[in-house]
Order: sequence, then structure tokens, then C-alpha cells
Amino acid sequence: MSSAEQSRSPGCLIEARDVVKSFGQTPALRGASVAAAGGEILAIMGPSGSGKSTLLHCMAGIFKPDSGEVWFEGRRIDELGETRRTELRRTAFGFVFQFGQLVPELSTADNIALPLLLNRVRRKTAYQAADSWLTRLGLAELGGRRTGELSGGQAQRVALARALAPRPKVIFADEPTGSLDSLASENVMDLLVGIAREEGTTVVLVTHDARVAAYADREVMVRDGKVTSPLDPVEAAGRHAGAEVGS
Amino acid sequence: MSVPLTLLGLLEREPSHGYDLKREYDSYFGRDKPLPFGQVYATLSRLTRDGKAIAGDAEPGAGPDRKRYAITELGTAEVDDWLSEPVQPEPHLQTVLFAKVVLSLMLGRSAEHYLDIQRTAHMRRMRELTEVKRSGSPVDMLLADHGLFHLEADLRWIDVTAARLNTLAEMVGTQS
Repeated sequence: MSSAEQSRSPGCLIEARDVVKSFGQTPALRGASVAAAGGEILAIMGPSGSGKSTLLHCMAGIFKPDSGEVWFEGRRIDELGETRRTELRRTAFGFVFQFGQLVPELSTADNIALPLLLNRVRRKTAYQAADSWLTRLGLAELGGRRTGELSGGQAQRVALARALAPRPKVIFADEPTGSLDSLASENVMDLLVGIAREEGTTVVLVTHDARVAAYADREVMVRDGKVTSPLDPVEAAGRHAGAEVGS
Repeated sequence: MSVPLTLLGLLEREPSHGYDLKREYDSYFGRDKPLPFGQVYATLSRLTRDGKAIAGDAEPGAGPDRKRYAITELGTAEVDDWLSEPVQPEPHLQTVLFAKVVLSLMLGRSAEHYLDIQRTAHMRRMRELTEVKRSGSPVDMLLADHGLFHLEADLRWIDVTAARLNTLAEMVGTQS
């Protein structure tokens, strides 16, 4: 194992370490560190403007950090060039955003098959996979519909199917239910979490909504561009008791 | 939760033995806290005394009380009133959280630390309830939803309070 590989946290699939990122004069991340294990569903929470979405974009190789490191499967990916990062995003990562991710002029099946076709999967195989995902997400009747004609909840389920179709190792979901009502949100989260657990897919989920974050295995908070791990009340109480004994 | 009114409501649905009432109460309303038999029979006895229910003759069979209870007109009117009355919205659902924050600030302890561990405890409970929702019956789902929305309201309060701690600290005056 190289010294570089030794530097990452054991057991983690993807990790951001001391990531700093500014936009012009405005700092967004000031040394943010977070790691997710294989198959883990991690929620990144925080107030508006705290830097949580920027952190997700850095982890996913969409933004290049100003400093710090991003590791995926034991390799640093922040140092990769744009072409390699694009390839990684296409093959190993899936994305679900709040808005505007589907091509409205294409059918539902076309949208789901698209990432597979870009990955040079044969047309027939890509559309068979799209049909299978449509069925799995309860959208079998909608394969021929244009995505512009779908409801918000249906569109997010199609986005989910499109993200999952290439069987990525990590799904990055940025406020995936931000535009949905409570029931549609639950439906999308049930599907995302259910399928991620079945497939062993890691999910990095950015949300300001505690009910959405409660679907995750664990949550971290981003405040002022830094990640704060949640305190365990039992541990905290023990520490407090220990401090009192010692004082 | 008003046990007498809930039992009366169940009796309005159909006359019932104490044992069956308890079983039905537990399956809908006492999932975390089953009703003791003693409380069921004591409540039925009071309802009978107050003319809200009547007890039939004892029927043969095993068990301490084989009487079948039925609701009276007075009992039905009471259930009707209760169901058409809104529950008083509680303005201070979590007075303990409020008291801990204010006291922490007054005593110069870390209110932020307290809010952090409270947030973690709330999130942990929300994860448990979310799992109940994903795997439970429709009744479990309804109960879990009720808990989740209340916890979510607390969390919003925790976040807003965390953002206002400096102002609050100036107001209550910290112990030097």
C-alpha cells in the first residue's frame, strides 16, 4: 500500500479531507472533511449557504477543490483532469438533483437509457434495462411519455431510475425531494433507500429536511464551511460525567 | 390520551367485554403502553356508575369479569362532544428543551453543546420512526408520522435557537 493510500480513513469508499473551496472572494468550504463507507447512506445537513451542496459537488468531482483531497476507492480524484473526472462521474457515480435533470423532449425510457448509451452499452440492452428500472420504480406505464408531461414525483422517480441504471457505486443526491410534497417525498426516499440497500450502493444525500435525513444511516452537519459530526448523547453524557469525576 | 373517553368510543362501536376492550385499545392506542386490566375494569366501573355505560349480566366462562358493557345515550353524547372538540394547541410542547437552554445560558454552560446532543437524539429517534414507517402496518405508519412531525418541529426550534444563542445569552446574562 502506498503512503497516499494509507492516508485515507479505513473502510471508507469516498472521502473528502480538509477541502477548501471559494467562489471569487466568497469562501464556501473552509477545510471540510467527511467520509462514507461502502453501502452507507450518509446525510449532509446544514443551513442555507453552509456549503453542503458545494461539498457534495467536490466529492462528486464536479468542482475541483482549491485545496484538500478527495478520495474514491483508494485513489485521489481531485487531482484527475477534467476528462478523467467526467468519465468517473459517468461510470461510477449517479446524480439526482432537485430540478432540471431530465431531457423534457425525450421519453421516459429514453432518459433512463441515455447514460447507458453514453457508456457504450448496446441500444437493445440499454432499453431493456430502462424497462426493467421503470417496472422496479412503479413507472412501467410511463415508458413512452415525454418527461415534460410527468408530475414532480414521477419525474423524480425517473431521475432516480436514470441515476441507478448504470449501477453506480455512489449516488449523489442534492435535495432530491426539495420540490415535492410530503407523500411524494416519502415515495422517492423509500425507493432510493430501498434500492440502494438492495444494491449496496453508497448514497451521499444533501438535505435541509430532517425527515429526509432520517432515511440515512448517519448524518453530519455543515456549518460555516466545516463538517461537524453529531455528538452521541450517551458518549457526551459519559464524557461529562468523567469530567465531573475528574474535576 | 383520555382512557375513559376512548373506551366509551370503542363501546359505541359495539358492546364488548372488558378483555376485548383492552385488546382493541392496546392494538390501536396503547402500542407502546398497554392498558393494565385493573385500569380497564376500574374505568368501566366508573363509567357504569356515572350512567355512561351499562353492564349486562355476568356470562358463564373463564376470567374475572364476563359482563358485556354497552354505551348509554349519555355516554354517546359525551363521545360526540369530545370528538367534535379541537384539542387545545399546546404553545410550549417542549418546555424542558427551553428550560435547559435558558439555564445553560444563565449558568455559563454550553447551550450549543446541549442543542447538539439534543439534535443527535432527535435524529436518532427520527431514524427509528422512519424504519417503523417503512416496515410497519398503516396504523404504525400513522403513529410514526405523528411522532416524526413533532420531532421535526423540535428540530426546527433547535436550529433557530442555535442561530440565536448569542442574542439569547445577552438577554439572560451569563454567569461570570
